Amino acid sequence: MSARLPADVGSVGVSGASPVASAGSSASGADRQIVAVRGVQKRFSIGGDTTLALEEVDLRVEAGEFVSLIGPSGCGKSTLLRIIGDLTAPSAGSVEVNGKPAHRARHDRDYGIVFQAPVLFDWRTIDSNVQLPLEIVGTPRRERAQRASEMLALVELSDFRRHHPWQLSGGMQQRAAIARALVLEPRLLLMDEPFGALDEMTRERMNDELLRIWERTGTTVIFVTHSIPEAVFLSSRVVIMSPRPGRITRIIPIDLPRPRDDATRETPRYFELVTEVREALRGGELRQPAQGKAADEAAGRLGT
Amino acid sequence: MRRRLAYYLPTIVVFVGGILLWELLVRALNIERFLLPRPTDIIGAFGDNWELLRNAGINTLVEAVGGFAIGLTAGLAAALATSRFAVARSALLPFAIAANAVPIVAFAPIMNNWFGVTSPLSKMMIVAVLVFFPVMINVVRGLVSADAATLELMRSYAASELQILRRVRIPAALPYFFTALKVGATLSLIGAIVGEYFGGASEALGRVIVESAAFLRFSTAWAAIIIAAALGIAFYLLITALERVAMPWHASVRGAREG
Repeated sequence: MSARLPADVGSVGVSGASPVASAGSSASGADRQIVAVRGVQKRFSIGGDTTLALEEVDLRVEAGEFVSLIGPSGCGKSTLLRIIGDLTAPSAGSVEVNGKPAHRARHDRDYGIVFQAPVLFDWRTIDSNVQLPLEIVGTPRRERAQRASEMLALVELSDFRRHHPWQLSGGMQQRAAIARALVLEPRLLLMDEPFGALDEMTRERMNDELLRIWERTGTTVIFVTHSIPEAVFLSSRVVIMSPRPGRITRIIPIDLPRPRDDATRETPRYFELVTEVREALRGGELRQPAQGKAADEAAGRLGT
Repeated sequence: MRRRLAYYLPTIVVFVGGILLWELLVRALNIERFLLPRPTDIIGAFGDNWELLRNAGINTLVEAVGGFAIGLTAGLAAALATSRFAVARSALLPFAIAANAVPIVAFAPIMNNWFGVTSPLSKMMIVAVLVFFPVMINVVRGLVSADAATLELMRSYAASELQILRRVRIPAALPYFFTALKVGATLSLIGAIVGEYFGGASEALGRVIVESAAFLRFSTAWAAIIIAAALGIAFYLLITALERVAMPWHASVRGAREG
């Protein structure tokens, strides 16, 4: 398994909070750069009304990063993710993935995606669900079985390979979806609130699992969430977005040491960063009247 | 095995009890035999006319199954074409739905005229037209029923239309397809027998019913009706069995198996 990982990408993954996305794109930065979003806008027209969902978004993500997009619902974070995946087109601006236009990257299967729902096919076993992307690209049967079993081992579902999706718990289904998204060994993994439907305990366990998988594979991850603790625990950087029209208001680097585990969730630095993200989310306009109160409230809520 | 027996026992008791009650009531109330023959008379009619009834059953079944196959094939082809091309769908589906509401058996005399009243083909065509619309409408619904997230997933892998059809749309359409088959199986026997009412070779269940009734041989008519019912039920059960084999993953089948 690890033999197939590109060595450089793997090491970046483990080193964790690397000082990424330095504004300039130097020559060496260009090939390390997995995603480049430039001046992206998205307008939706419903009837005669046009709403601006995203306005002038710029974002660079480098190889091995774990970047979370966080913001209130309706801020366009999922839309931004879908634009990066070429599942919807931007109204203006451009997106490059792996140094190519997003459309080309999708056709080259340069990314895997995990949605909020597992989107597994009921008529297939877990093993066969994980093999689906390999079937689409025409991988020979024997290699398909081999690679699917590696991925199922990675997400610790080997014992459930012959089960059907409905026989698995929500967390296990989502692990199968992650295995499917990684089976083509993409350099980029897009995740759209993948653990949003899970209970808090399962979600924390899935977060640990995901970090372990990320560190083993070295895949770059862009992760949409509205859970502040989740974003802080997982990310190298947390991208804060404002409500409609969606803009990136701040990017907070997360300097928690890796590997992160349950103990990380109890360190003072973790609480500080959670508070920082929460305050950043409250945004400028709320700030002046409510600043002191907001901080107190944030600290109070952490206790629960 | 014992649990299964316990499960079916009430049904068997009701069936046997019903027949006994029928026999007793007809005897006790002195109901005229041409109104309602006794079960024992009907069993006698089976014995007396066994060859005629058997051949009639076979002929009618051939018409029903042949017409079912024609209607199914045409319905599937139309569904695949219309679901693939959105223009064709919006142009044709309203007509298909409207045509489905037309009492198509009313066209039976016309079909007899077109395809020859004594030819089994005329009955098959009636059946085919009856089966065509539910198959087409249900399968189109099924093919476009695949959920949006699934299609988006396939899109993220840049899957071709054919791959999406084979791996997503057709499996998603299977429950609708089997619903259509069950409706079609029932309709096919109705279509064949109604077609026969309007004329045709005499060794067919519809003819046996019409002619026996005309000569007041009601126990023979009842025997033919029982054969028709048994064939319809057998056809339906066959499709239910196929459904279980074809989609053991589906909630309806899962529920039935667990329950």
